[in-house]
Amino acid sequence: MNIHEYQAKELFAQFGVAVPKGVAVTSAAEFEGALAKIDTSGGIMVKSQIHAGGRGKGTFTDGFKGGVKFSPTKEKALENAQAMLGNTLVTAQTGEAGRKVQTIYFTEAANLGKRPDGRDDEYYLAILLDRATSFPVIVASTEGGMEIEHVAHHTPEKIFKVQVDPAVGLQAFQARQIAFSLGFSGDLFKQCVTLVTKLYHFYWEKDCAMVEVNPLLVTKEGKLLALDAKVSFDDNALFRHPDVVALRDLNEEDAKEIEASKFGLSYIALDGNIACLVNGAGLAMSTMDIIQHFGGSPANFLDVGGGATKDQVTAAFKIILGDANVKGILVNIFGGIMDCNVIATGIIEAVKETGLKLPLVVRLEGNNVEAGKATLSASGLTIVSGDSMADAAQKIVKLVNAK
Amino acid sequence: MSILVKEDTRILVQGITGDFGARHARLSLDYGSQVVAGVTPGKGGQVFEHAGKKVPIFNTVAEAAKQTGATVSAIFVPPPFAADAILECFDADLDLAVAITEGIPVRDMVRAKRAMAGRRTRLIGPNCPGIVTPGRGDKSSGGCRIGIAPGYIHMRGNVGVVSRSGTLTYEAVWQLTCRGKGQSTCVGIGGDPVNGTSHLDVIKLFNDDPETDAIIMIGEIGGNAEVEAARWIKEHCKKPVAGFIAGATAPAGRRMGHAGAVIGGAEDTAAAKIKIFEECGISVAATPSDMADALLRIWKG
Repeated sequence: MNIHEYQAKELFAQFGVAVPKGVAVTSAAEFEGALAKIDTSGGIMVKSQIHAGGRGKGTFTDGFKGGVKFSPTKEKALENAQAMLGNTLVTAQTGEAGRKVQTIYFTEAANLGKRPDGRDDEYYLAILLDRATSFPVIVASTEGGMEIEHVAHHTPEKIFKVQVDPAVGLQAFQARQIAFSLGFSGDLFKQCVTLVTKLYHFYWEKDCAMVEVNPLLVTKEGKLLALDAKVSFDDNALFRHPDVVALRDLNEEDAKEIEASKFGLSYIALDGNIACLVNGAGLAMSTMDIIQHFGGSPANFLDVGGGATKDQVTAAFKIILGDANVKGILVNIFGGIMDCNVIATGIIEAVKETGLKLPLVVRLEGNNVEAGKATLSASGLTIVSGDSMADAAQKIVKLVNAK
Repeated sequence: MSILVKEDTRILVQGITGDFGARHARLSLDYGSQVVAGVTPGKGGQVFEHAGKKVPIFNTVAEAAKQTGATVSAIFVPPPFAADAILECFDADLDLAVAITEGIPVRDMVRAKRAMAGRRTRLIGPNCPGIVTPGRGDKSSGGCRIGIAPGYIHMRGNVGVVSRSGTLTYEAVWQLTCRGKGQSTCVGIGGDPVNGTSHLDVIKLFNDDPETDAIIMIGEIGGNAEVEAARWIKEHCKKPVAGFIAGATAPAGRRMGHAGAVIGGAEDTAAAKIKIFEECGISVAATPSDMADALLRIWKG
């Protein structure tokens, strides 16, 4: 689960991680009141709140440039906020459709900029799971404010990593290693050790999937601040964090994905025109792959889990049919333990209930498969049967391309 | 031989009194597997009955192992309590813990995996279909079925199968069985980012198993485990290996049911993994329908 930058910074503050002061609002009527609550003397950052990166370099659909803007005056901040709120922001991560901005975050911008000694003042810090070791890893770099993938690729020597042994947690020497690796000394060194320690505490206590601070910034006054914050949580652990669940913003999620989750379906929309309905995540992914292999284009990932009941299949068809691009459906079920005849009956009822008109290819395999196929062919519906995944995929691609 | 489990392996089931655990305990008994104990804290002394068989239930794993000689546990405990169930297996010094449970918090698994270091117990999973060593009876009955795989699709033979995904494993197994090629052992290592046993661990076991003559390795986008295994295969594996990687069409950054299956960087794509498989001499299946045939192109059985 993802949260907004302003929510992440509120959590940072709770855990003692230094952030610039800011106020988030959802309506233009609140702009003036929000600006009155912060120090605007050094200018204001106006930040669109959406669950996607690349906001600063993004462009709104009406042509307005920049989802994050430094505004030297209150008037300019109001003007920028008005241009952003309710507007749709397209960034490198949102896809062409972009995301509607429904929250604006004003933060204090005083003292930002180069340090007095002229040294580079932006750093990178992240904490996530290292899959190779199954240990949390803290990643730090002197190259803040840039895309970290770019830094890792071109100057890997500027990336510093510390593995945290979960048996004992983050040790003081490790926090010092990071502070030294970033070149800090004196008071900034102490601030960095504190910030890293508190950030790790937050990551661990809240079951985060990833915490990223880019940039971590040294102000003109010599204060170390998390200028941006990107936080995602482990979905499996949400049951023990009701406070985190309360931060969920359904506006940022696909309506069809939310609907699907109510029926125990895992659904992800894609750009193609052949919808698929499959049991099991691995088989569902590879069903998308085989559609593409035979020249089609998958419209979605849809895993019905171990079941595939009539209610689930009906719900799945309704969700699939809500996508206007869909021109055909491929059902691929390996009914290992479930009775294929029960699944076939469920498919027929779902077709009748949804009044499905699109080409439908069904590939059933497994337990009682002959009875299942017989039920499908006796239904009087135009359901095409596929003998293998390859056969089924070729049939649906041909049917859709023929239209 | 086979790997990890044999026909006579004695199995205990943690969570045998829950719907999920009970259902699959019954299916394992029907398959002829030696389910000898159940564990549900607070229900010790009760008996799990199915088709004339009586399986005693114990309060603790240690007690169940001591009383029945069970050496392997199948874990069907709900996610909030599953890591605790895994740790209990380590403490009881079992040979093997197979965690079927889906949805265990990553932090719990990070701690459990750390606790596994220095212990003799091997963990398979979590979020996995389990292990099957097929039997020699009708529709492979009499084998050792631990987990949720359909038993009857198997056939005893000489191909080892290792995969993260359940249904994709069944697909490969069924393709083999339909072509008259049986399996030595089929292992589902699970779709989570932190798991107990890797592709490489299982490949090494297959390499050393005299009954296994050939191997199918099924992988996904996400992580480096398949690449690690492929490089080892190139240097050390004595047996022909076919492979498949799922997720060529998966969009970057999206989790597709398996928490592990999220594309990370530019090199973590299906195409990149497939290329490495080919460089390492693995016969790559172009589609999931082609997994058994990809093996048969390099191995005549």
